[in-house]
Amino acid sequence: MAALCVLPLLVVGFTAFDTGVGAAWDLLWRPRVGELLRNTASLVVLTVALTTAIGIATAWLVERTSLPGARFWRVLLVAPLAVPAFVNSYAWTTVRPDLEGLAGAVLVTTLSYFPFVFLPVAAVLRGLDQSMEDSSRSLGLGPWPTFFRAVLPQLRPAALGGMLLVSLHLLSEFGVLAMLRFPTFTTAILEQFQVAFSNSAGSLLALVLIALCLGLLTVELLLRGTMRHSRFGRGAARRALPAHLGAWTAPALLGLAFLTVLSLGVPLGSLLYWFVAGDAQPDVPELLQTLGSTLGLGLGAGLITVVAAFPIAWLIARRRSWLSVLVERATYVASSLPGVVIALALVTLSVTYANAVYQTSVVLVAAYAILFIPRAMVSIRAAMAHAPEELTDAARALGDSPFRAFVRVLLPLTLPGTLAGFAMVFIAVSTELTATLLLAPTGTQTLATAFWSASESIDYAGAAPYAAAMMLVSAPLTYLLLRSPDEEPAL
Amino acid sequence: MIRRRTALVALVASATLALTACGDGTLEAGKNLDPDKLTIYSAQHENLTEAWAKKFQEDTDIEVQIRYGSDSSMGAQIVQEGAKSPADVFLTENSPAMTTVQNAKLLAPVDAGTLAQVGDAYAPSSKEWVGIAARSTVLVYNPTKISEAELPKSILDLQDPKWAGRWGAAAGGADFQAIVSAILATQGEEKTAAWLKGLKDGAKIYQNNIAVMKAVNAGQVPVGIMYHYYWYRDQALTKAGSGNTKLLYFRNEDPGAFVSVSGGAVLKSSKHAANAQKFLAFVTSAEGQKMLATSDAKEYAVGKGVASDAALEPLDTLQAPKVDPYTLNGPKVIELMTAAGIL
Repeated sequence: MAALCVLPLLVVGFTAFDTGVGAAWDLLWRPRVGELLRNTASLVVLTVALTTAIGIATAWLVERTSLPGARFWRVLLVAPLAVPAFVNSYAWTTVRPDLEGLAGAVLVTTLSYFPFVFLPVAAVLRGLDQSMEDSSRSLGLGPWPTFFRAVLPQLRPAALGGMLLVSLHLLSEFGVLAMLRFPTFTTAILEQFQVAFSNSAGSLLALVLIALCLGLLTVELLLRGTMRHSRFGRGAARRALPAHLGAWTAPALLGLAFLTVLSLGVPLGSLLYWFVAGDAQPDVPELLQTLGSTLGLGLGAGLITVVAAFPIAWLIARRRSWLSVLVERATYVASSLPGVVIALALVTLSVTYANAVYQTSVVLVAAYAILFIPRAMVSIRAAMAHAPEELTDAARALGDSPFRAFVRVLLPLTLPGTLAGFAMVFIAVSTELTATLLLAPTGTQTLATAFWSASESIDYAGAAPYAAAMMLVSAPLTYLLLRSPDEEPAL
Repeated sequence: MIRRRTALVALVASATLALTACGDGTLEAGKNLDPDKLTIYSAQHENLTEAWAKKFQEDTDIEVQIRYGSDSSMGAQIVQEGAKSPADVFLTENSPAMTTVQNAKLLAPVDAGTLAQVGDAYAPSSKEWVGIAARSTVLVYNPTKISEAELPKSILDLQDPKWAGRWGAAAGGADFQAIVSAILATQGEEKTAAWLKGLKDGAKIYQNNIAVMKAVNAGQVPVGIMYHYYWYRDQALTKAGSGNTKLLYFRNEDPGAFVSVSGGAVLKSSKHAANAQKFLAFVTSAEGQKMLATSDAKEYAVGKGVASDAALEPLDTLQAPKVDPYTLNGPKVIELMTAAGIL
């Protein structure tokens, strides 16, 4: 699997330098690249800052305060994951047709991605031991200093994991940014392939993207540091008492309601509007067929990706070494590239070496696995941290074969996390666009490609049924995400 | 507890089996591409391609399968596939993508009879592909935002700083590449580079032609560059995207009056070459071209003696610059657009 992830990277590298180092240098060292770099960087910095602030604040409100209806809000705060980001931007341009540029891009991506921070932070807060805060308070610190000095540091790994996910998403985001006219490396790469396809310029830009991704991974590793976050010894954690919001209850509820209106109300409202006012007359057989192929691809790719991610997650969790870390990080790099780059490399590879599977679902599913394996790995790894190794050892000591021990002990214990990983991959596959366009078998369209071709001709009414179907397919799966383990989902 | 877990495992295992079973349908290798059928790679409008293919299949009993994509990515995909390409016929919306495939030496000569069905201006001198439809460059403008007296006389005027921020273009799309090719063919490299610099500094770049039209319609920019048929299609439907706009044809053989040719070709590697040639002959025949003229595509027919949709400005009054579509230079255009910082 790791080799499968690295292979397209090699193809990209070779293609990039097809024209020679001199020409490559000229292409990289020009004002346009600087412009793209500025755009990409400002988008990542602003959106990550906003998603982090919103993610932590909402997680704290839901898990640690006397907020009324916390369970209800928790569902509403995860639900935006079921709204694909490019559907969200289509909704927002319905409400505000003049939305564009950095402001528009930050708004839409923040509303789409904040659950990536909310989920892991909420999970940590839910299981947090209050004794640290008690110590802090007993040493004379007020509630705010206590939050900043005793609570926030414990959230660091979870928040960093979420922030890394958000930034990797932003690096490869295409649909939102194309719609809102905000050029980044990914949209520029797409343009290169659209206009100048076999040109190596697209691959060169992809190399810059790889460098950015490596930079982010390093920053994350440095920020994470070596601090230990769990208590020594078993002990007994004291469940935290909810903080009393008092007079702050009304503003907190208003804020959450406002956020929900922006992140869910706008997309749902726009869809409803296009269904009613747009006089949408969906071609039902075609819609069903498209739904069918999307479900088939999502299930197939979800399963294969989870199966491939499991051993890597196991290596990282149980046999951590520099090699396993390297394998893990390599998969992140491939996933930060736009789908079209991976797809193109796979076209080259499969036409040359595996022509029989070219333009079949096999290559497409391979592309999905390469693009989305980190999502599965993250959840499975977190679940493994939850399953004490001693239990597997005990099963072995009691006479189970390794396989039986795996089936009877490890698999059931890691099931919620594995299912959450499957859900993440499934949602990602059912909304993937650019790799699907290039690799899908002739005659196969997915909900995402059908939505995109309708929205590209600004046929919003025609796009609406496909957007709705994408959300309906994803909605039940987000429930699986809510049930993922309480432990730090170490990324 | 153990019992519950076992049940859970059994459940997951059976679900996995079920999923793999139904996944099989989609994972079966080569299921969707039938090597015995005539395979068309089409970047042309789906409705039109579909109608052509259906009628052709009825008339000849030759079975047809179609793969859709966009001009350039599909052209480049064929180049990547090389001699192993499953495609027999390639249909484009514009000519640069066709030129890309032609330059890779992947096209077979088109039958003389087919070429004879099309007006001389709408087939390339190379004779390796044939025009199947045409589209004219136009300026779309919003009369409430700009008076007719203020409109540019030539597409080249738009590079003037006084137009900065006041015009829209879909500069990142394949369609636009053809327009820049025409400017290059008629004006030379230096003037094209200067115009592109004006575009980079002054134009608002949109995702595609329709987005340009809608922006003009909504008054976000007073004028925009696009192809004619988007406007006529919207006018024939709801006028939602064009109700506030009008079209200006530059005429006078201005590069902005460029008429771009959609191409059809047979691939050298085709295993059904005779049938592929038959398909091109049908598309360019009076019958095929009439289907185009009466469809909702609103593109110009290029077959000799076939009238285009009556709603359009007649093709022979557009005074388009005379350019051999074969000479439209894709790589050079890309180079200039890259140097200007647009790509």
